[in-house]
Amino acid sequence: MDATPMTDALMDRSPATAGDAGPLLEARDVSKYFGAVVALEGVSLTVRPGQVTCLLGDNGAGKSTLIKTLSGVHRPDKGTLAVDGQPVEFSSPRDALDAGIATVYQDLSVMPLMSITRNFFLGNEPTVGVGPLKRFDLPRAAGIAREEMKRIGIDVRDTDQAVGTLSGGERQTLAIARAEYFGARVLILDEPTSALGVKQSAIVLRHIIAARNRGLGVIFITHNVSHALPIGDTFTILSRGRTGGQFKRGEVSEAQLHSQMGGGDELHELTRELEALAGTDRRPATVPTSDPSTGAPSEPPGSSMAN
Amino acid sequence: MASTTTAAPTAPGSDRLREISLTQRFLSRPAAGALIIVIFVWVVFLVLSLARGNTAFLSLAGTLNYLDVAAQIGVIATSVALLMIAGEFDLSIGSMVGFAGIIMAIGVTIWGLPVWLSIIMAMILTTILGVLNGIIVVRTGLPSFIVTLATLFIIRGVSSVLTSSVSPITYIPIDPTLLQSDPLAQIFGFSATINNADGSTTSVQVSILFWIVIAIAGVYLLGRTRFGNWIAGVGGSSAAARNLGVPVARVKIALFALTALSAAILAAIQTTRFTSADILRGTGYELDAITTAVIGGTLLTGGYGSVAGTALGALALGMARQGIVFADINADWYKIAIGTLLLVAVVLNGWIRRRFAGLS
Repeated sequence: MDATPMTDALMDRSPATAGDAGPLLEARDVSKYFGAVVALEGVSLTVRPGQVTCLLGDNGAGKSTLIKTLSGVHRPDKGTLAVDGQPVEFSSPRDALDAGIATVYQDLSVMPLMSITRNFFLGNEPTVGVGPLKRFDLPRAAGIAREEMKRIGIDVRDTDQAVGTLSGGERQTLAIARAEYFGARVLILDEPTSALGVKQSAIVLRHIIAARNRGLGVIFITHNVSHALPIGDTFTILSRGRTGGQFKRGEVSEAQLHSQMGGGDELHELTRELEALAGTDRRPATVPTSDPSTGAPSEPPGSSMAN
Repeated sequence: MASTTTAAPTAPGSDRLREISLTQRFLSRPAAGALIIVIFVWVVFLVLSLARGNTAFLSLAGTLNYLDVAAQIGVIATSVALLMIAGEFDLSIGSMVGFAGIIMAIGVTIWGLPVWLSIIMAMILTTILGVLNGIIVVRTGLPSFIVTLATLFIIRGVSSVLTSSVSPITYIPIDPTLLQSDPLAQIFGFSATINNADGSTTSVQVSILFWIVIAIAGVYLLGRTRFGNWIAGVGGSSAAARNLGVPVARVKIALFALTALSAAILAAIQTTRFTSADILRGTGYELDAITTAVIGGTLLTGGYGSVAGTALGALALGMARQGIVFADINADWYKIAIGTLLLVAVVLNGWIRRRFAGLS
């Protein structure tokens, strides 16, 4: 995986005591039902400051429902949420934001046709003047936006430029910088890399690590094990609405994560089938007919799926 | 793959930045296309009218003439553009112009109210209709195109019903002496007279002043206030704007109210000038206003647009409408000209947006 060398370099700078701090946000045995559909059943998740909690799961595993519950969109039918160890109830996304929990949705976080400054401060515009002359303090906003973007490593000379001219990775980064500037302590990142290429994914992964090193708790939702493994401190697997396993960094391999996600076995099958098909095209005489039960392929299937 | 691996550890920076020239800076503004269109229309009709030996297009009187036509579109187009930037339409605005006029006339002639009170009453009632438009759109989640298409018919119908209950004809005349003595009617019906060197006179309509003031207020609102930022945000993505704490429903309802109020302002200008209200007044204005906003660089899909561009769009429309008269061309050609202008403007604006603002 391309991101590994650079993430390892950044890993060394992580706070040594990070794992000892109390949890910032906890979900305890959370269940959520939509009519007869069990979206979540007894799911628990913990986010500590300075740690990346990876939430892995196949499509339909309940990842979206869980983050919507954590970010105040849904209320859990059973179980509790706790912030700093204290039980909380969020009745709106605003409540979660006020508690320092910010969610960056994959495609719903920035307006491509608005400028960087206007995006950065949308809903939180600084003002000058009083009464009817109260206005959006654009010069100050532009200065802050430029500084904050620079702090996270993107040098924007012209903050009047439309966000649509930024790359996908930079847009995600803008949303992360914005959440952090407005007081987020927990960042929930919903599939931030799923629509991005290798280089753009690397930019986003780098910023996730940087945010973690600044002491934020990060929930990183992905179905891409190759992206999760190098940067995650803990891994929670969600499968059919239930916790399919929880691991610490170093306790688990890529292949294990894949099979835990429930897609592992199917992916093995698919990999073999595709290899067989590719072989048929090139070398029709030597179609591999080996028995699938002869063990896992040496190459983890995730690598061929990554990016 | 190898190159990305080696590139990854270096400082990320932005990979999409380059120096841009002043020309490009100008062309990256949403109003750039509208300015080009205005210059183009002006040159075309100047040449056409001069070819016919008519210099009126270039004269002060001719200019004030097309400015007045532009102003009447511009007064309503500003708020229509803001509403479109927020991602909504108001097709009922033309019907509201007719409705507000009828309310004014009924207030004065049937109920015997002072003109100023009738104007204020018409403005309040029309604004309430705008709020209702907004509430229906926000509550039902239906496209505003459909909701306001329905209210287009309903409001026009209500105007007809009200008029036929008090008058055997389809318009209500107002006694001009009542207007001359009324403070508000004097503002909306005001026109200044300029004495020319040759002894003739030229009148300047107050509509031009209203247009300019409303356009400047709109530019300020969209570009320099929190509310303006919310307008663009709501139009860009109402879900994302809501997540960021923007009061989406309030923004939309306020803009529907503003659109309705601007219809009532135009109705006050027209009713005091023509000393009558007509149930058909304002017919087709909704499409004029949308055309104007689109020429001005506003996207039908919301989230992007320009109030200054919309003012220029109104100017282009006014020039074309009166330019055809000055050039002594059959007025039937006006609609062909406007349609062509709209197509050219959309293509030009799209090209400029892609080429110079880097947006697709």
